Amino acid sequence: MIEVHKENFEAEVLQAEGLVLVDFWGPKCEKCLAVMPDVEALAEKYGDKVKFCKLDTSGNRRLAISQKVLGLPVIAFYRNGEKIDELAKDDVTKENIEAKILSLLA
Amino acid sequence: MSDKIYDIIIVGGGPGGLAAAIYGARSRLATLLIEKGRPGGQAATTEDMENYPGFARGTTGPGLMEAFTEHAKSFGAEIVRDEVVKVDLEGKVVTTKSGNTYRSKTIILAPGAVPRTLNIPGEFALRGKGVSYCATCDADFFEDLDIVVLGNGDAAVEEANYLTKFANSVTIIVIHDEGILDAAPMLQERAFNNPKIKWVWNSTLAEIKGDGLVESVVIKNIKTNELTEMETNGVFIYVGTVPQTDFLKDSGLEMDSRGYIITNEQMETNIDGVYAVGDARVKYLRQVITAAADGAIAAVAAEKYIAEEEGFRKSVLEEERPVAVAFWSPMVQKALEMMPSIENTVGAYGDKVKLVKMDTYRNQRVAKRYGVTKNPTIVFFHKGEVIATLVEDAINEGSIRQVLDKLSK
Ligand SMILES: Cc1cc2nc3c(=O)[nH]c(=O)nc-3n(C[C@H](O)[C@H](O)[C@H](O)COP(=O)(O)OP(=O)(O)OC[C@H]3O[C@@H](n4cnc5c(N)ncnc54)[C@H](O)[C@@H]3O)c2cc1C
Repeated sequence: MIEVHKENFEAEVLQAEGLVLVDFWGPKCEKCLAVMPDVEALAEKYGDKVKFCKLDTSGNRRLAISQKVLGLPVIAFYRNGEKIDELAKDDVTKENIEAKILSLLA
Repeated sequence: MSDKIYDIIIVGGGPGGLAAAIYGARSRLATLLIEKGRPGGQAATTEDMENYPGFARGTTGPGLMEAFTEHAKSFGAEIVRDEVVKVDLEGKVVTTKSGNTYRSKTIILAPGAVPRTLNIPGEFALRGKGVSYCATCDADFFEDLDIVVLGNGDAAVEEANYLTKFANSVTIIVIHDEGILDAAPMLQERAFNNPKIKWVWNSTLAEIKGDGLVESVVIKNIKTNELTEMETNGVFIYVGTVPQTDFLKDSGLEMDSRGYIITNEQMETNIDGVYAVGDARVKYLRQVITAAADGAIAAVAAEKYIAEEEGFRKSVLEEERPVAVAFWSPMVQKALEMMPSIENTVGAYGDKVKLVKMDTYRNQRVAKRYGVTKNPTIVFFHKGEVIATLVEDAINEGSIRQVLDKLSK
């Protein structure tokens, strides 16, 4: 997974072509840490079709807020520079993320 | 299904489940803990943890839970990350979301609780956008912003205090009359002296508004029914918790109307060999220390249960010879008087018949299973089957001989 932050978010996410997944996480968010291995496993599985990124919000608070993220965990999906879908809080589970990927790829 | 049969399977890795794992593994029992997230439970979602004995201020919830987890692992407890979705409590089998099945001799249920939601307009859609149930997770987003906290119990007031380290202002919305809080006095005092905390009394929330991010809340005064809109950047909701016991609904487990599991002081549920600990059970105080205490009790009770069941199986059910099990209690006069004659009568058969004395108080479960309600009662077994039962006055030399003569031929 690509680590994105305020310096490269524009280039890696907003300028990217195709489907991009951004995992908004933080070191104090237990739920984020719990699903991280699942997201990494999905990155292995779908990495050729979806660009997987992760964003540590603790050093990138303004960037997160600019993306309308004000709480964790959030898994957001972008296409052609626009946020097209997202999962937040309890909805962030391996099953839901995979289902979302499949429906957005369809 | 793997062939392995665990001694204890623990469902849930909060402080209750982890303490049970520590006690179980330390007693050299094959102990498996299944946790759907990261071990730690609710206790890992609060930064200020200042009332766990021996760990003074400065201890954090995640830090303490990390220590619990390491402690359990150090004694050999196995921890698996998966969610238990189905249970066969009588048969002691659990099935997980990923499709695995695990078998055990005993089960300790420690699924804890989750924050109660309000179900008001805007709450669901604005989660992750300013609506939160976890200060530790989200506090740093709100640096220099204004937020509201709904609730007035320990968690609400403690987390509000914590949030003032980040936010510009924290407005606590309290349903009671001015000055009345459910939180502990020490937490109240701290909040009342905190210059960043403001109060709205006699009120609750009616709606959370915002386009993409939280922009305002609609506060409802419950005395006047008046609605006022207040601008804010975030809403933290602490209005109690609900037990995570939905997966146990049709398991035969006794629960109260709100879904809390009913246990006795030994943490035993209505099903033999199944225990419940922590926030998910009916209890007076839901804290880390009481969850941990429950876990210790359940693990010890489970250990005794295994020993008792195995003892009974080996000494009675798997015995080749006929066995006379005399249920008695030294507290019951009649039983006390009759025991010597029972021992003599059975003893006369020498090696051909085995006598097992069982104190009904210490072996309540076995006594109940064989319908023993009176003292003394003799239950005769042969090759694991009950052959005959004699109760109280029906017990005498003649009646015992009648059964044993037939059996020992
Ligand atoms: C904000 C907040 C602040 C608090 N502050 C304090 C404090 O300062 N001091 C204090 O003593 N207590 C505090 N508490 C209370 C304390 O956290 C709880 O009493 C304690 O965590 C209960 O422990 P538990 O093991 O019963 O359950 P939980 O901590 O709720 O853990 C249950 C675990 O089981 C898992 N689980 C549930 N169902 C399943 C399943 N089907 N399969 C697999 N895993 C499952 C969950 O993921 C969870 O990790 C606080 C609670 C909150 C919410």
